[in-house]
Amino acid sequence: MNTKFKVVLAIIIFAGGWIMGSSNNVAPVITSSVGGASYSGGFQTDVSVGAVPHRSVLGTVHIVNPGDSIQTAVETAQPGDTIQVMPGTYSETVYIDKDDIHLVGVIEQGNRATIDGLGKLNDAILYSGNNIIIENFRITRYKGNGIMGQAGNNFEIRNNVIVDTGIYGIFPQLGTNGLVEHNVVSGIEDAAIYIGMSDNIHVAYNEVFDSVAGIEIENSRHAVVEHNNAHHNTGGILAFVTPGLPIKTTEDVIIRNNFVTDNNTPNFGAPGSIVSGIPAGTGILVMAADDVIIEGNIISNNKTAGIIINDHSFATTITMDVASDPNSDRTMILNNVMLNNGYDTIPEVTAVALTELHTGPVDIVHVGSSNGSCIINRHRYRTVGIGNYGECDFTNTDNTESYLLAGGAEPRVIHPEERGEIAYLGVCTGCHSYTGRLIGPSVEVIQAMYAGNPQGLADYINAPIKKRNNFPEMPAQNYLDSETQLAVAKYMLQVGN
Amino acid sequence: MGKLIAVRANAGVIFGVIVALLSAVLSAPLSLAQPPFSLADQCPPSFALDSNNQCRLRNLYQLYDSLQDRGLGGLKTALPEHRDGFSPQQIDLGRLLFFDPVLSGDKNLSCANCHNPALGFSDGMDRSVGARGQVSQRSAPTLWNSAFLKVFFWDARAHSLEEQAVGPLFSDQEMANTPEQLLANLNQVETYPVLFSQAFPASEDALVIDNIVTALTAFQSSLISLNSPYDRYAHGDAKALSPHELEGLNVFRSFVARCSQCHTPPLFTNQQVAVIGTPEPAGLPRDVGAAQTFNAERLRGGFKVPTLRNIAHTAPYMHSGRFATLREAAEFYTKGRGHAVPEGEELLLHWHISDPNLTDTELDRLVDFMGALSDERFMPTIPTHVPSGLLSSKTSISLVTASGE
Repeated sequence: MNTKFKVVLAIIIFAGGWIMGSSNNVAPVITSSVGGASYSGGFQTDVSVGAVPHRSVLGTVHIVNPGDSIQTAVETAQPGDTIQVMPGTYSETVYIDKDDIHLVGVIEQGNRATIDGLGKLNDAILYSGNNIIIENFRITRYKGNGIMGQAGNNFEIRNNVIVDTGIYGIFPQLGTNGLVEHNVVSGIEDAAIYIGMSDNIHVAYNEVFDSVAGIEIENSRHAVVEHNNAHHNTGGILAFVTPGLPIKTTEDVIIRNNFVTDNNTPNFGAPGSIVSGIPAGTGILVMAADDVIIEGNIISNNKTAGIIINDHSFATTITMDVASDPNSDRTMILNNVMLNNGYDTIPEVTAVALTELHTGPVDIVHVGSSNGSCIINRHRYRTVGIGNYGECDFTNTDNTESYLLAGGAEPRVIHPEERGEIAYLGVCTGCHSYTGRLIGPSVEVIQAMYAGNPQGLADYINAPIKKRNNFPEMPAQNYLDSETQLAVAKYMLQVGN
Repeated sequence: MGKLIAVRANAGVIFGVIVALLSAVLSAPLSLAQPPFSLADQCPPSFALDSNNQCRLRNLYQLYDSLQDRGLGGLKTALPEHRDGFSPQQIDLGRLLFFDPVLSGDKNLSCANCHNPALGFSDGMDRSVGARGQVSQRSAPTLWNSAFLKVFFWDARAHSLEEQAVGPLFSDQEMANTPEQLLANLNQVETYPVLFSQAFPASEDALVIDNIVTALTAFQSSLISLNSPYDRYAHGDAKALSPHELEGLNVFRSFVARCSQCHTPPLFTNQQVAVIGTPEPAGLPRDVGAAQTFNAERLRGGFKVPTLRNIAHTAPYMHSGRFATLREAAEFYTKGRGHAVPEGEELLLHWHISDPNLTDTELDRLVDFMGALSDERFMPTIPTHVPSGLLSSKTSISLVTASGE
């Protein structure tokens, strides 16, 4: 148990001035969650079952056998290709810096393609491209992350077994539209599944255990977390805002139909990490996140509390950020099955409870201010700090299947003419001035040479050959696609000074 | 003062920047024996001139998107919003002002003295020296890509280039001028009122502080560096990085080193404040940094995360230039969380300051990778002389040839 956490909680409680109150002898409002109004405040999208757009043309399939390098296959593969990794053990860091690659482990008779970091390598799989699928691997003994995305949109991370990989098991960051499902992740020093600064996310059917945090939705919007089994972590499922990050909000998160049980593992997070402040025995934690709906979960045997909602002043171990709203607003708690929570809670929760003349275990505790929060069937739970929660005017989230984007997040569409101008000004003008020599010959000279022949110029841009002895050789601009090469050639041939 | 600067110079860094200037400058007559000045009517490279006579930035990152339009992410991610829309004349006037010592109170220091193009628009010093020899508290940051920044100064106290510009101009510790003195001095230079009228044709009285600041902003926001080997790799040239640099990229973005969590591509800064606990120069008290800006003790010792673009040109490193080399700067992060925080000093260190135990090889590769963030293709033309005559072709030589290596 983190002592700093204890101390701060106590301070907040006393500083906050808790409203005393009780509700004895009032007949409870019983709300049925069947057939009632459904939540309609969240992100509106057409229903999408996957996150990666369907391929209309199948690319090449590259087979990787034990002894081969997966990375070599990635480098060979073109967007649209699939890489199949046969069962066996591979020790490498795989990085995918291109779009539309499906990296698929082959499972034969239960034997998986295993990527083993041997306790020495940093991360197992990194990707930055869009439309990436990573599935069916076993990943173990990495020091950093199992699977980490930086900015790729439309991703599916599925059916991976990740054991003891260090900081995060699965960590997509700064991406839009992703599906994380059917993964089994355990033994992680921070979060088994960590959705960081992302939008439109679906986390489903995962088993996460023996980690500090099971599933963490951080500084992200429009996420559904459902049908997961989060057990034997320090904290089960978290939705929060970490201050000091460049994207400041967590909003519109549905946490529903999960098992959140026995999350009493002593905190083994690294000193200074945000999760190191989570008390063991936390089922669901909401911190500074807005519009979080908690529905249909089975939350049991979490010794500190089943659900904790708090704000940033709760913890001194986190930084100050004026751009970050510290409160958890509009927390919405629908029907959940809550059994045997808060039976061995931290003294601070007991102290808060006492201000409301509550003794004994606690299922739900809200510390700090909150606007617009609601709950149904509050009489079922042992609650503290939710006196200002209203009755929700809906009873379920059946209208929201997922927040995934039908058809995937669209890439920015730039007209070819604009591409020509962008590439010419962004790249070419560094070496070619309109008149006179800069590094390469002047644009006037080039225009005279290729007048009426943009394709010829595009071909040269793609694969330059040394033409002038007293000029340096031009580097090939073959990373630009052929359409952009032609566009820049056309642009260059008509541009004036 | 020249002696003072020489003493403060870090070993291994060649200066010759300011020293030679001063004696020549102080005796230089105001008369111009140079060709007359005219302002450019074309935009600098990388900018398109629109029909309103405004220069609009174009770069390949405009082909991409970013989450919440914040300009943070991975390889093919859009940049943050930028400043542009200045006229060619304003940019060019800003360039002349930038290199003109007439801007300082004693007419001995130009912007370029601390933001020297030959030193990555920094000055090679651990802490910069003001017009009267005052050693300031912090080092001069690079100006490359400042068009994309939202917060300025190490302690994140300014929110626009305009707000930033008046800082050094009127700080007693830096250029030591006053608004009245600055206007008087510029009005004494025959050419400036004319040039200001050309650059600000809509202004009745063009030579005013706001326009000085606008012109400086226009010039600074034209300093674009987005064509490094890394950029070519990001746009899809798999061979643009050497094997060592590529290895370094993977250490850089790994969750062991975690560099990219704060030095986030494509700008290589997330523009947030971070408390990392670097040591102060011997004998100096803790610089509280952003704690003062935000009146928040939790940010004690916090500084804005700087961009790493062209970082190889801007040694020494950190807010007070405590590390002479990139290798030392990188090594700081692997020596242990809080290892340089003195006894009794309470700092709330950033959560990504951890104990990554990077190997020597990994540190070398990180340095290799940071070197691949260098690009000075769009270096502006450095004037051989300026309207005041205070910088002549003779005195400017040292400025142009000073080398950061």
